[in-house]
Amino acid sequence: MIVTRALTKRFGQIVAVDSVDLTVGDGDRYGLLGPNGSGKTTLVRMLLGLVYATKGEIEIMGLRMPKHAGRVLTEIGALVEEPAAYPHMSGRANLALLDAAGPGGERGTRRRRVGAALERVGLAGAGRRPVRAYSLGMRQRLGLAAALVRTPRLLILDEPSNGLDPRGIRDIRDLLIELNQAGTTVFLSSHLLAEVERLCTRVGILDRGKLVVQETLSALQAPTGRVVVTSPDADRVAALLDGRVETRDGARIVVRHEDAAALNARLVGECVRVTEIRPQRRSLEQLVLETTGAGSDQVDGSPDTHGTPLRKNPRESEQ
Amino acid sequence: MIAVELRKLVRRPRTWISIGLICALPVAVAIFVSVSHLAPPPGQGTAFLSAILQDGSLYPAAALALVLPVFLPVAVAVVAGDAVAGEATAGTLRYLLIRPIGRTRFLVAKLVTIIMFVLIAVVTVAITSYLTGVLLLGPAVPAAVGQPGAGQQLQTGGVQAGSAATSLSGPPLTALQLIERVGGTIAFITVSMLGVAAIVLFLSTVTDSALGSALGGLAVLIGSEVLATLDAAASIRPYVPTRYWLAWIDFFRQPIFWRDIQRGFGIQVVYVAVFLAAAWANFGTKDITT
Repeated sequence: MIVTRALTKRFGQIVAVDSVDLTVGDGDRYGLLGPNGSGKTTLVRMLLGLVYATKGEIEIMGLRMPKHAGRVLTEIGALVEEPAAYPHMSGRANLALLDAAGPGGERGTRRRRVGAALERVGLAGAGRRPVRAYSLGMRQRLGLAAALVRTPRLLILDEPSNGLDPRGIRDIRDLLIELNQAGTTVFLSSHLLAEVERLCTRVGILDRGKLVVQETLSALQAPTGRVVVTSPDADRVAALLDGRVETRDGARIVVRHEDAAALNARLVGECVRVTEIRPQRRSLEQLVLETTGAGSDQVDGSPDTHGTPLRKNPRESEQ
Repeated sequence: MIAVELRKLVRRPRTWISIGLICALPVAVAIFVSVSHLAPPPGQGTAFLSAILQDGSLYPAAALALVLPVFLPVAVAVVAGDAVAGEATAGTLRYLLIRPIGRTRFLVAKLVTIIMFVLIAVVTVAITSYLTGVLLLGPAVPAAVGQPGAGQQLQTGGVQAGSAATSLSGPPLTALQLIERVGGTIAFITVSMLGVAAIVLFLSTVTDSALGSALGGLAVLIGSEVLATLDAAASIRPYVPTRYWLAWIDFFRQPIFWRDIQRGFGIQVVYVAVFLAAAWANFGTKDITT
């Protein structure tokens, strides 16, 4: 669906996006993570033809961007940073106006499509109010509705849950999963790791313009070969599994063990009471902190092993 | 896209407020003149203003001469400055471009909208000031258009407005001639304002501040006015944008005095072409980061 090759954007001396090879498959729910200023928004803007790449290629639905922007963008619904609308007009009028402005918005079905999009995002009752009276969350929903008016094949959403309350976040997550199951590819960027963890099937992590991780979520969250045991008899557990204990924090012990079930059977066999036992998985938060903490001494492992080799940096090769 | 832009123009309260204000100045002037019966002597002050005491139906020409130097360019600069920079600041620019609307098409739609705004403003000023003139100052001859007397009056107005620099002779204007000349005036003013619009539109693609681009455009016009009256700058005087702005007055001479009209038209066409090309080149390759 989206393929970029060595995509690079420089603003003066600053390399905002550095040789990114992004691959988003058909039907993916792709989550792009990264700290502020890591280049997420610039990358999204390049995909949409708003910002021109300094180097590299973008292919969306098999067509080169921004050369074929006219054809590709009709199939894309997008939210870029905050939503925007004309405040003196109603939400409905805004969507109709945007639909009428470009190609592919059939006039005969406009009313119905706008109504359906508003209903999908839960704004059916507020469509006639002027946008200036909308709350932050309502504006966000309106922005999503604008992306849905023409039933896109690809959704590119920059921080879709911005400004939403917990219920709103859940609503949007359910909506995106529903759309994805109906065949829409979803590409989103977010700060909310828990949100990406629940929603996405594939994850990319940007750090200072480089794509340092790109992997399926399940692979990233594969068991680490350790088991977390919580037990009121923590001392006995530690004694029993001496030599395998990695860390101990009160009643919570992390041990090296491949099989949580077998370990549980053994502990129970030894009459050790177990409150909780589970295989340890890396959380997305941990992963992000590790991979984007490059340069910090406190990081375990070398983040460079995840990243693009330095020699692919166009700035280096030019020097 | 053009239809959408026009709809936006028409639905925007600012459009009608600014046009209302532009129309209000001539009305206020007409009230003062009709009450005091004091007008600048022929050849001084605003063109045509001395003539209107004799014929209220000439007031549209005086009204246009009143609003042209400042009011109209300010309004045009505001609309043109908002065209790209305003959408950029509001964030709507990026959503229009990914809708998708080609950048060239976007600029063309904005330009058409600005031309429509100028036309609406000029025609509204002409109509309201005609009504004001006839009601407050009274026509010299009722139903001015189409009667030989009215044509004669109009010629007199032309003589006085033209700083008495040219002596005019010729047959009175027929109704058709009058309509042609009013049409020519509207076209000339529109092209002059298009020159302003092109400069401001270019600035609007450079900066993301609608106010900045509008004020930048006005600064150019003020600079141009200064140079147009500065003898030391005589060598460039014919090429500054405001030099021939009032040349449309020559449409009301008999016969029409074409030289300044043609020069004014030519200069505006050059300004429009150069700045629109610059706007297009800049906007077409610009990174949209707002």
